[in-house]
Amino acid sequence: MLTVFNRVESARRAEDAIHDEVIPAGDGWMHELQSGQTLRIVDLEGNQAADTLFYDADNSEDHYSAVATIAAQGNVYLTTGSVLLAESGKPLVTIVADTCGRHDTVGGSCSAQSNTVRYAHEKLHMHNCRDTFMLQLSKQRDVRYTKRDLAPNVNFFMNVPVSEDGGLTFADGVSSPGAYVELQANARTMVLISNCPQLNNPCNAYNPTPVRVLVWDR
Amino acid sequence: MNTIWSTTIRPGGKWSGTIGRGKLIRFTALEAGANVSIQLYNAKDLTERYNMPDTLKAQHTARLTRGNVLMSDNGRVLAGIVQDSLGWHDPLGGYSYREGTDAKYGRTDYQAQRNDWLRSGQENFAIELVRCGLGMRDMMPVVNLFSKVSVDESGRMIYDPAHCPANASVTLRTEMDTVLILSNTPNPLDPRPEYPSVPVWVEVLAADPLDDRDYCVNYRPENRRAYENTWEYYALLGV
Repeated sequence: MLTVFNRVESARRAEDAIHDEVIPAGDGWMHELQSGQTLRIVDLEGNQAADTLFYDADNSEDHYSAVATIAAQGNVYLTTGSVLLAESGKPLVTIVADTCGRHDTVGGSCSAQSNTVRYAHEKLHMHNCRDTFMLQLSKQRDVRYTKRDLAPNVNFFMNVPVSEDGGLTFADGVSSPGAYVELQANARTMVLISNCPQLNNPCNAYNPTPVRVLVWDR
Repeated sequence: MNTIWSTTIRPGGKWSGTIGRGKLIRFTALEAGANVSIQLYNAKDLTERYNMPDTLKAQHTARLTRGNVLMSDNGRVLAGIVQDSLGWHDPLGGYSYREGTDAKYGRTDYQAQRNDWLRSGQENFAIELVRCGLGMRDMMPVVNLFSKVSVDESGRMIYDPAHCPANASVTLRTEMDTVLILSNTPNPLDPRPEYPSVPVWVEVLAADPLDDRDYCVNYRPENRRAYENTWEYYALLGV
């Protein structure tokens, strides 16, 4: 399996970044990238999942499309070279560096309701990515974004292998401490991140940890 | 069985409508090589809709067949798959776009071809969504009935052109009052150079009441909990 991992490093230096912030596990982050800017997400302690959505900032109704993205590249995994498309087909961001080597976009985000289905009705109270997404949307002053815009997301650093016979599992992470992915904006793009608080499966090794986000002007 | 309604969706065709809970929706490919992209919404709350990741991860599957259920983003069952002659329907391939349709099959338009122009899923869904008071903002991953797209070890997506014979059929049973939108347009991963032109017959029939031994309910404990969430929703509504 290791042969399919595509690890590409970046020459960008942290001291040149125009934005540098740590997102604790269970927190969210919403940030607009200008065309040409680059976002790095760093898995500080390894095996974390960063659930991430993208929107065309010039047309907030045009959300990231997981299936348009994977169908266009003919491959279910994301890595360097993957162009992340909106529902309209518009390219939003391109992965330009990736030291993890493979990211999921089939597994979506956890929610209170899906936790009741997947684990037990008693899990309803547990913190989850969908709640983080909705809380972030509620903080937008112009309320352009609503629940209708919560399309299936990317799970950076998460390992959801799909088998040839159509099986799908949440497997142990493939990411290590300090692994990062870099995305360059093809157009003005809104980024919405939930740093996953899931405690019921190994998507973040049962130990949610912080991620760091850095933005460069190019 | 008691047919309530039926129609034939011609190649390139589309349809949307509201179907009450407790109904069977049977799709039959009238020729080999069909693909029908479908999308489902809760008729009472259109912000609740079929959710591909929640459906797949709860059932540990990247293909849909008998026993699987189509779950909403609120952890409920919109519909279960109660009959399937194929064993695999594709939840990953998405729908066709105008640009891809023109590139693969040659450019067509209404002016030149009249109603024989080659439709795309993108336009079909856009029209039906707007007709339902929604828009492409509400477009989410579809289920491609009759298509098989497998994934190899490197992640490559492989469409099986021989998967669907003539008369293949699959039947959903609605568990919620559902707005169904469908588009009889090619799977974007179908490599065949000719635009597939397969009419699909859609029938809606009355379903027997669920009992405790129901195959979909008992298929996995996750499915039972999603049904329980659905029954609770209707108990609270009082209908």
